[in-house]
Amino acid sequence: MKAFTYERVASPRAAAEAVRRNPGAKFIAGGTNLLDLMKLQIEVPTHLIDVNHVGLDTIEATPEGGLRIGALVRNTDLAADRRVRRDYAVLSRAIVAGASAQLRNRATTAGNLLQRSRCSYFYDTTKPCNKRAPGSGCSAIGGFSRNLAVIGVSDACISQHPSDMSVAMRLLDATIETVMPDGASRSIAIDGFHTLPGDTPHVETVLQPGEFITGVVLPKPLGGKHVYRKVRDRASYAFATVSVAAVITGDRARFAFGGVATRPWRVTEAETRYGDGAQAVADTALQGATPTRENAFKIPLLQRTLAAVISDIKA
Amino acid sequence: MDFNEAAGTNPIDQTRVVGHAHDRVDGPLKVSGRATYAYEFHNEAPDAAYGYMLGAGIGKGRIEALDTAAAEAAPGVLLVLTHRNAPEQGKKGKGSARAQMASAEVRNFDDPVAFVVAESFEQAREAAHMIRVRYVTEPGRFDLVAERGNAKKPEPKGSTLADTAVGDFEAGFAAAPVQLDVTYTTPDQSHAMIEPHATLAIWHCDRLTVYTSNQMPNWAQHGLASILQMEPTDVRVISRYIGGGFGSKLFVYGDIIITAMAARKLQRPVKMALTRPQIFNHTSHRPATIQRLRIGATPDGAITAIGHEVWCGNQEGGTFETAANQTRLLYAGKHRMTSHRLAVLDLPVGNAMRAPGEAVGLMALECAVDELAERLRMDPIELRVMNDTQFDPETGPERPFSSRKFVECLRTGADRFGWAKRNPKPGQMRDGHWLIGIGVAGAIRENLTMKSAARVTLDPQGQVIVESSMTDIGTGTYTVHAQIAAEMMGVPMERVIVHMGDTDMPEAAGSGGSWGANSSGSGVYAACDKLRRVLAQKAGFNADDVVFAGGKLSQGNRSVTLESLADPQGLSVEAEIDFGDLTKRYAQASFGAHFCEVGVDLATAEVRVRRLMSVAAAGRILNPKTARSQCIGGMTMGIGAALMEQCVVDTRHGYFVNHDLAEYHVPVHADIPDMDVIFLEELDDKSSPLKAKGIGELGICGVGAAVANAVYNACGVRIRDYPLTLDKILPHLPPMV
Ligand SMILES: Cc1cc2nc3c(=O)[nH]c(=O)nc-3n(C[C@H](O)[C@H](O)[C@H](O)COP(=O)(O)OP(=O)(O)OC[C@H]3O[C@@H](n4cnc5c(N)ncnc54)[C@H](O)[C@@H]3O)c2cc1C
Ligand code: SF4
Repeated sequence: MKAFTYERVASPRAAAEAVRRNPGAKFIAGGTNLLDLMKLQIEVPTHLIDVNHVGLDTIEATPEGGLRIGALVRNTDLAADRRVRRDYAVLSRAIVAGASAQLRNRATTAGNLLQRSRCSYFYDTTKPCNKRAPGSGCSAIGGFSRNLAVIGVSDACISQHPSDMSVAMRLLDATIETVMPDGASRSIAIDGFHTLPGDTPHVETVLQPGEFITGVVLPKPLGGKHVYRKVRDRASYAFATVSVAAVITGDRARFAFGGVATRPWRVTEAETRYGDGAQAVADTALQGATPTRENAFKIPLLQRTLAAVISDIKA
Repeated sequence: MDFNEAAGTNPIDQTRVVGHAHDRVDGPLKVSGRATYAYEFHNEAPDAAYGYMLGAGIGKGRIEALDTAAAEAAPGVLLVLTHRNAPEQGKKGKGSARAQMASAEVRNFDDPVAFVVAESFEQAREAAHMIRVRYVTEPGRFDLVAERGNAKKPEPKGSTLADTAVGDFEAGFAAAPVQLDVTYTTPDQSHAMIEPHATLAIWHCDRLTVYTSNQMPNWAQHGLASILQMEPTDVRVISRYIGGGFGSKLFVYGDIIITAMAARKLQRPVKMALTRPQIFNHTSHRPATIQRLRIGATPDGAITAIGHEVWCGNQEGGTFETAANQTRLLYAGKHRMTSHRLAVLDLPVGNAMRAPGEAVGLMALECAVDELAERLRMDPIELRVMNDTQFDPETGPERPFSSRKFVECLRTGADRFGWAKRNPKPGQMRDGHWLIGIGVAGAIRENLTMKSAARVTLDPQGQVIVESSMTDIGTGTYTVHAQIAAEMMGVPMERVIVHMGDTDMPEAAGSGGSWGANSSGSGVYAACDKLRRVLAQKAGFNADDVVFAGGKLSQGNRSVTLESLADPQGLSVEAEIDFGDLTKRYAQASFGAHFCEVGVDLATAEVRVRRLMSVAAAGRILNPKTARSQCIGGMTMGIGAALMEQCVVDTRHGYFVNHDLAEYHVPVHADIPDMDVIFLEELDDKSSPLKAKGIGELGICGVGAAVANAVYNACGVRIRDYPLTLDKILPHLPPMV
């Protein structure tokens, strides 16, 4: 960890101002991801802006019939919220499938959206990694890639997006609300929020430097049956090998996938194939996948998991 | 005290205290955070400086250039130790102690390159990151499969020979009407104990004291003395509490040696702990194995030939994984062979871990037996029972087992687990989307004994103080020592105080190979026996029929309180138990059987254990509560070995790449179902005066195979490449409809 200065801010506006003053700053929320990365000097902010006291820790109904989730709402509280459990069960289930109770108690909505790669080489500062050290190369290609992505990858990076919550957010068409360092605010639809690695895998979202997330808005409920199925190497406390988020209403379905792609993965065209069965949906969703030898199993695994999810919902 | 003949009736047989479940005497200290671990001796060294190790970032090669200027100039930095300024070091010593930073050579990933000492931990760590190292990498041998052909016959490892042969295996196997020839592989595994390796080193003039986390303080003392070129008597090693070791802490690593060197240079106490990632590559691991099993049998199931060949790798001069060892003893059969071959690998050092040998050997052997049973259309329990032997099958009836209740373990477990409900045809049992299977495996763990001394003191208040260099690595040894002393001296356990983990105390067996409680407990027994004689004599009693009970010694109707016999400064005696040749005359091992029920998800091939039961026969169970805890810990590790544990080797760079606990999976609570442990009544009078045998590691031995056999029974997929992760099973599952 590199020495850093620290300040605590009391409002989103103050957060924006603080970051304007300190271009090398980072926000710290739950700290469950950022601190680990700082200890290894993968993240080296010179200044930390503690945003745990800005408020933004409630979930409120929107006039459109949806919910506005404050950026600082803890994962535990979000998953336990009565309205979320009733109307957005897929989100609740995705969250509780992730990490551990202790981590979820700390982790925040914004922090979860922004959590970084779990690729082993990203964490190992003795090895090349384009995401950590742009231009240094990708150690996972030709190396240990069993857990990594099969689609949305590039020659520069094949890291999977590790978040469970974000997969459900993607499925629900959430919108991310932010303020810029200059005080201007904007809304970003989640399908455009996480970026593909391309040649710049160190860039993971469309957020500008210093842009602060204030909340996430969910549109009005979809109804239907909600499922989040996470497949993993042990029963708990493991990142998804693959995951399927599904909401099915009659003959209409939405699917999003985790563990297989470089960002939360949703292909709306695949959803139109729902009537043709799981295989058709999975084939469309993973069209163009380029797995490694080690993670090719994720393709049949996703197909089978999806088939199981669909048959469970129908049963 | 020499233990050369079977034990007769002795005070332990009273079982007033021994043999009963007792809470750990150190439990309250541990759960309230007051048990002091190596890194926490703040009072002994309030001014300790903090060290941080920088490990090599390559698998093999040497340091070409090293720039430490920025680190040296960084705030708070007191010392940057590298191969350029490290003191000259001596020869490799006990506990596999080897010189650290002695040259520019990099022996393996995370071999220390520099050690930064600073006023605070954060300063040391930050400065360590400022060091710039340029390496010349050399091609290394990192792939066991590729090096298998270069494997050589190794030197014997202790009593384990590289090769054994009885009869004519090749001919016997060729002539067998039913033949099984299968190859299993197990991966490199890491101990993954909770407490990292940590050391605080303090010099008093030329005498060194290290507070460290080590299972074998006396090995560490001698190893350290050898490297630092000192007299062992000038080195004191203290390991009072140990947050798990599982074999990793049998040995001496950089934390101990480098911290001692730095503290000497600075004339100031220094402490350090390895980081979690460093533990994976800097310390030892269990080496991967390739195991070929050939078993020949008659159509009715009598084994006629059994052969077990093992290939593994290690650094030059390293030892081999004794995975074929148990195959010499577990089943009958006329023609037999075992062999171990060792390839040179440039990966980190392999060494003992959680039942070295048997833990992975049985994962192959006990699956092979399951496969043979299927081929013979026999029940796998009946096959095992049929091939049971009450004597060492290599030597014949002249070397019987000291005690062996293998068949009883199998039968009891079958009964209690509901084995009769198992459908021998795979893939027949369903529960929703789960395919259900049941599997069994036998367990054997060699009974090891080590000489062990203890001092017992009776103080004027009538308290009994037991001291030795023994360690309690979370196993319950403090408690067992207290029980034995209470039993021997006829006092309640509350009147016994146990100290251990200090080389200034009499040299005990240390903790390893499940010999701890039995061996060191026998040392306590010997010392108490001596104290009883001294006290009897002092009281004017005839030592042989004096009774120690209720805090008194009595003979006939005369009795004397213990405290009345203590000198004002206390009455101390010291004794040692020395084990003779009973292990040569009798084959000695603990036995068990594991029963497992798993579910395999029809869609995803995820495997989850639903039930696990172990039946163990391990001599006298000194404390059923701590013994049970040992067993369920071992069983948990067995599940880990079967389903998830694996150090992934990056053969390009030569290291274990998944070097943290997020990526190296061990079971979490949700992976562990209700587990049951049943102990069979058994006394082994040839093992020790306590009539106990080793128990801890028995819990892991065979569990992996029970799980794998259950997976096979569930879905008909036989994976011979551990761990059984879902990607290996998935392609063999039926298509989804
Ligand atoms: C052992 C372990 C296991 C885990 N397992 C899982 C799992 O199975 N599934 C899963 O989905 N996740 C898992 N996680 C990840 C966990 O969900 C994240 O660490 C957590 O959600 C991050 O939230 P945080 O509030 O602690 O973020 P922080 O660590 O505080 O911040 C993360 C990033 O977000 C930025 N940030 C935070 N708040 C804001 C804001 N308001 N505006 C702009 N930027 C902001 C920070 O600057 C930082 O870059 C695991 C984590 C650990 C340590
Ligand atoms: S996959 Fe991405 S994160 Fe992993 S090594 Fe390659 S560039 Fe780095």
